[in-house]
Amino acid sequence: MQSYIPILFFAAIAALFPIAILVVMALLRAKAPNPTKLSPYECGIASATDAHDHRFSVRYYLIAVLFVVFDVETVFLFPWAVMYDKLLLFGLIEMAVFLYILVLGYVYVWKRGALSWA
Amino acid sequence: MSESLVHNVLVPFVKGLLTVILVATAAGILTWIERRGLGRLQIRKGPNRVGPAGFFQWIADVVKLVFKEDVVPSRAEKVIHLLGPLLLFMPAVVVLGLVPWGPELTLFGVTTPLHAAADVNVALLLILAVSSIGVYGIILAGWSSNSKYPLLGGLRSAAQLISYEVPMGFAVVAAVLMAGSLSMVEIIEAQKEAGVWFVFPGLVAFFLYFVSGVAETNRTPFDLPEAESELVGGFHTEYSGFRWAIFFMSEYGNMISIGAVATTLFFGGWLRPFPNVAWLSFLDVVPAFFWFAGKVFLFLLVYIWFRATFPRYRFDQLMALGWKALIPISLGNLFLVALAALWGAAGLKVLGAVLVLLVAAGLVAAWRRPARASVTTRMAAEKVEVRA
Repeated sequence: MQSYIPILFFAAIAALFPIAILVVMALLRAKAPNPTKLSPYECGIASATDAHDHRFSVRYYLIAVLFVVFDVETVFLFPWAVMYDKLLLFGLIEMAVFLYILVLGYVYVWKRGALSWA
Repeated sequence: MSESLVHNVLVPFVKGLLTVILVATAAGILTWIERRGLGRLQIRKGPNRVGPAGFFQWIADVVKLVFKEDVVPSRAEKVIHLLGPLLLFMPAVVVLGLVPWGPELTLFGVTTPLHAAADVNVALLLILAVSSIGVYGIILAGWSSNSKYPLLGGLRSAAQLISYEVPMGFAVVAAVLMAGSLSMVEIIEAQKEAGVWFVFPGLVAFFLYFVSGVAETNRTPFDLPEAESELVGGFHTEYSGFRWAIFFMSEYGNMISIGAVATTLFFGGWLRPFPNVAWLSFLDVVPAFFWFAGKVFLFLLVYIWFRATFPRYRFDQLMALGWKALIPISLGNLFLVALAALWGAAGLKVLGAVLVLLVAAGLVAAWRRPARASVTTRMAAEKVEVRA
């Protein structure tokens, strides 16, 4: 576990470095807020609703679900790839069967039009 | 000071700080290189006022950004608004910490491997995991701004990032299969043993990795999130001053880390070209770190070249390219590499030779094909009248 500690240091420093600059520069930088400046970007008219009230395309959810399927698939491929020099032909056939099922689903999803955006 | 304290606290701390400063400085200098390069490619000068050849332009920009007012929209979710850019910056630094920059380094009596953070035996898996955290940064930044354009930009960006992560994962699996290890150091050593960089048998995998990498960093031609003409500034519309600069540093930091991972997986990391050919050993005068840095720098130049060359994709084209082209290609490539690996290193060498020959044949064919006449010539030939 000890070899992972430096990585935490990296993450912590990467997060703290920008915050430190923001905090220190708060003493020096300009500060002149006004209601118009602090309003969300629009074409000059104050927006009547919160952006969070708007709905967005359901396709984003679909892409997210498909991503999970394929990404989990990738996770299964990693140990197989590491051990491939020992598994060889058995591994190849085994993974071909595994990927065949994935590809079936992929073709189905494609045919149903889940992959086209328009 | 005890030995373990030096190794477990001081060394990682110094390395972390150095890496963060390196990313920040490199981002600055890269903007100068990019703007000068784009200027050359578009037959204009680029920045040339501040300092010799405009070199101090980036310093002037940094000073400006740091002193700018810190505007946070009143409707925004304040904490998450700050968290967004940090979550995007953090992965870039951590990934650079996991990539080996050279074999070993002794400095002030402390010998340490020249990776910035650690040689973990599942480094590659960790890199993929950490770099996907960036998606949260983007979507949280877009959502927390509580404004229409950032919300749409953030969603688009998130969809783009997760779509291109799939072919990227498959491409990386192909490299792992050739190396038989997930440790970055062992992948480089496997390339030394094989006597050939994995870019040759893994030509398709490298292509997929780099294209997905360009998409992952939101660079042209995949810079949809920042499509100014439709979405203002995309997910960072409501960010200004130094908060915006964090996004900027992360973009360049991510470019560097994608280049660094591509160098390690496919271009032999710190190895010189043809590491086993004895008569080329005079190349060893160049220290290992500079081989690594030079290769990464070439990747960065390619990024800039892309930006000057390609027009932006439309969003549906982008998704179609990711899901309908890159994923089938990456699966097919994986199968091909696995098939070649049945015969071990020899099989991979044959596959590499075949791929290189195919590319060479394609280039020759493209070279010999008569060039298409320009639009104006064709219009003149077809007597198309241009109405005023």
